[in-house]
Amino acid sequence: MKIHKYDTVIVGAGGAGMRAAIEATKRSRTAVLTKLYPTRSHTGAAQGGMAAALANVEEDNWEWHTFDTVKGGDYLVDQDAAEILAKEAIDSVLDLEKMGLPFNRTPNGTIDQRRFGGHSRNHGEAPVRRSCYAADRTGHMILQTLYQNCVKEGVEFFNEFYVLDQLITETDGIKRSAGVVAYELATGEIHIFQAKSVIYASGGCGKFFKVTSNAHTLTGDGQAAVYRRGIPLEDMEFFQFHPTGIWRMGILLTEGARGEGGILRNKDGERFMEKYAPVMKDLASRDVVSRSIYTEIREGRGCGPEGDHVYLDLTHLPPEQLDAKLPDITEFARTYLGIEPYTDPIPIQPTAHYAMGGIPTNVQGEVLADNTTVVPGLYAAGEVACVSVHGANRLGTNSLLDINVFGKRAGIAAAEYAQSADFVELPENPESFVAEQIERLRTSTGNERVAQLRRELQETMDANVMVFRTEQTIKTAVEKIAELRERYKNVAIQDKGKRFNTDLLEAIELGNLLDLAEVMAVSALARKESRGGHYREDYPNRDDVNFMRHTMAYREVGADGTETVRLDYKPVVQTRYQPMERKY
Amino acid sequence: MATPVLDKDAAGAPGPSSAESPYITVTFRVRRFNPEVSAEATWEDFQFEIDPKERVLDGLHKIKWDLDGTLTFRRSCAHGICGSDAMRINGKNRLACKTLIKDINPEKPITIEPIKGLTVLKDLVVDMEPFFQAYRDVMPFLITKDTNEPTRERLQSAEDRERFDDTTKCILCAACTTSCPVFWNDGQYFGPAAIVNAHRFIFDSRDEAGEQRLEILNDRDGVWRCRTTFNCTDACPRGIEVTKAIAEVKRALITRRY
Ligand SMILES: Cc1cc2nc3c(=O)[nH]c(=O)nc-3n(C[C@H](O)[C@H](O)[C@H](O)COP(=O)(O)OP(=O)(O)OC[C@H]3O[C@@H](n4cnc5c(N)ncnc54)[C@H](O)[C@@H]3O)c2cc1C
Ligand code: SF4
Ligand code: FES
Repeated sequence: MKIHKYDTVIVGAGGAGMRAAIEATKRSRTAVLTKLYPTRSHTGAAQGGMAAALANVEEDNWEWHTFDTVKGGDYLVDQDAAEILAKEAIDSVLDLEKMGLPFNRTPNGTIDQRRFGGHSRNHGEAPVRRSCYAADRTGHMILQTLYQNCVKEGVEFFNEFYVLDQLITETDGIKRSAGVVAYELATGEIHIFQAKSVIYASGGCGKFFKVTSNAHTLTGDGQAAVYRRGIPLEDMEFFQFHPTGIWRMGILLTEGARGEGGILRNKDGERFMEKYAPVMKDLASRDVVSRSIYTEIREGRGCGPEGDHVYLDLTHLPPEQLDAKLPDITEFARTYLGIEPYTDPIPIQPTAHYAMGGIPTNVQGEVLADNTTVVPGLYAAGEVACVSVHGANRLGTNSLLDINVFGKRAGIAAAEYAQSADFVELPENPESFVAEQIERLRTSTGNERVAQLRRELQETMDANVMVFRTEQTIKTAVEKIAELRERYKNVAIQDKGKRFNTDLLEAIELGNLLDLAEVMAVSALARKESRGGHYREDYPNRDDVNFMRHTMAYREVGADGTETVRLDYKPVVQTRYQPMERKY
Repeated sequence: MATPVLDKDAAGAPGPSSAESPYITVTFRVRRFNPEVSAEATWEDFQFEIDPKERVLDGLHKIKWDLDGTLTFRRSCAHGICGSDAMRINGKNRLACKTLIKDINPEKPITIEPIKGLTVLKDLVVDMEPFFQAYRDVMPFLITKDTNEPTRERLQSAEDRERFDDTTKCILCAACTTSCPVFWNDGQYFGPAAIVNAHRFIFDSRDEAGEQRLEILNDRDGVWRCRTTFNCTDACPRGIEVTKAIAEVKRALITRRY
């Protein structure tokens, strides 16, 4: 075991982690721990763009952007945070340009902008061009640009280090962050990082679904690590299902495809979104489009022999436009489906995409231990966090924005805190939880296998807590997850070695997914209304009287060691906008 | 070597079901190495059933998840954008997640080896550090000399933006560098990926450190080592014209115009 001491430790090197690192490194001695090489992070998969009311191509302003964000989130958004997001968007895009990001350009050389779902002029009048983009690889360019600037600033990375535990020490009745425990993939060694500030930027947890746009490595390690230590998770029932994943594979085809004029069609060739969203049509917000697709499928208008998908039609767009604006996604269709998008429509289905919920923070990125109390020295930003700017449903292009705005804020706040704070004493035997977990898995002689449990988990999640949910389906999921958690105790691995033991890490990642799946299902069961990404067929309307509030889920351990999820609620911050019915 | 086979029902893997099953039987012949077990690398055959429209990466997962958990490789995104899983598949560098089994002659055993020229650490995992060091050595970040930052964005025409578009696509997968015979013979050579990333800045109209980067590449281990074998261009999963980019850097070194 090795012990390291840093002012600031950042967990994760995606967009949020590296944006934070650029700020924190200038102000404090900083280490970035990441399970992947920084440029492998899933921010690189983002395609469509990053929202900011630059008004480079048409009239726009941050107030309209705030409104769209609040409405898109079905009014569960904290409006103070949304206002910061929309206001600071402009500088955060300009920051990236100055760092070197090669945005597409307008004829007069400024950053070009395009339409995206849910973004409108003047409070819903018509779609607006607000998304700044670099072809359909905006996330790739953001990730590369941030890494390049980390190289420039000399940021210190610990690559292929898996953070598996959060260290908390209680002094004067206050829970404080003392550091983290990490496992080094190359050697199997355990490292303790004592730090004045810790920032979680470890991304999402979409891998508990089967059809997903998320990478294999998005297993919610950060959320699980803090949850196990008594920190609540906020709004975990809200998960976004993106309308256009490649049929059966889940690989994302950006909404930018519809922003460029692509149309969704059912088996009769009908442009069905006209029925569900007369104004915004194919560019209505994602939850609305995903439900419309499944409604078409359920009512027998799906395509293919099994009627289980619809088409994304780009055939009316000029090939030059597809080559210039959507080169990567058209190549995905060719590579993975053998389809030529110039001439043939692409089979698609909704795909599990984005966790709106996560570790609760305030607008400085400080993590909350309950509805109001901050955990000194603990921060979170990016998809792992819940500020909450996305509420019940995130608008496209608002996450690349979120990771930049709140990544930067968390980086500054954490480093400034570290400048004035002292190290918190480490708990006794800080490595014990991780050491025991590893030892148990390495020596287990049980008969359960990781891949089998993961498959069963993904199947139950897809079947029961996806686009449509009912009391019955969610209960089925809750029971199944409980069974899987029980069986997980008997999981065994085949690789007993120390070197690059990815067999072991997949087992640990599955444990995290199971914890988070339980939180999600239990939170969903209690929310007896429909709002944004959470749609209950048995409660199809939004219920502002009883449910205009954030869910806060806590892990409770009984005297006999049984674990349960305890739910509490937190008020939504409302400033300018009164809840209205959401129409597109 | 015999393939360890688990009881299929116990593994519960989706298997062939109906008569007109799309599944075929394939053999993956994988180069294995684990210094914790033996100092020697060996070949191991795995035979299993799979839909040939699936990716080589899906096949590797089938092995790891249902047959032999010790098989070790890197991967993340599974659709060709993170650069984790470059490997030598039937003798050619490719991304396992971007190669469909049906496209690589599955009637014969499919050979899978780690990329060449970097130290193998375990099975298909190599030490990427020298590769990233060469990348960092070309100063892969925008350098400008202006003392006052502009308040708005810097302007760039669409034509100037187009000039370096191709080389911005790089995902640092190392398929090019590890397909290069010059790199195999001498690991000191910067390699095509580092040159591609230098190109991305040299030809960016906003950048003002082109001269410095060119000097770095003028080094003994720089662009002049390139023999124009085109292996790199063939290997690049992003379709970057790597050899062309290297040629443009060579030309810029001669004319000092870029
Ligand atoms: C296909 C796709 C397309 C998208 N397109 C858009 C778009 O066009 N516009 C938009 O706004 N949003 C888009 N999104 C959403 C957005 O890209 C993500 O939400 C965002 O990039 C997340 O960034 P992040 O920094 O929070 O996490 P990530 O980029 O996922 O990074 C997570 C980091 O944490 C590290 N990590 C994880 N676990 C551990 C651990 N245990 N120990 C140490 N390190 C760890 C990883 O190594 C990684 O570096 C898209 C998402 C997907 C999947
Ligand atoms: S140039 Fe192509 S092959 Fe080389 S590292 Fe970049 S993406 Fe990979
Ligand atoms: S797994 Fe990301 S490129 Fe293959």
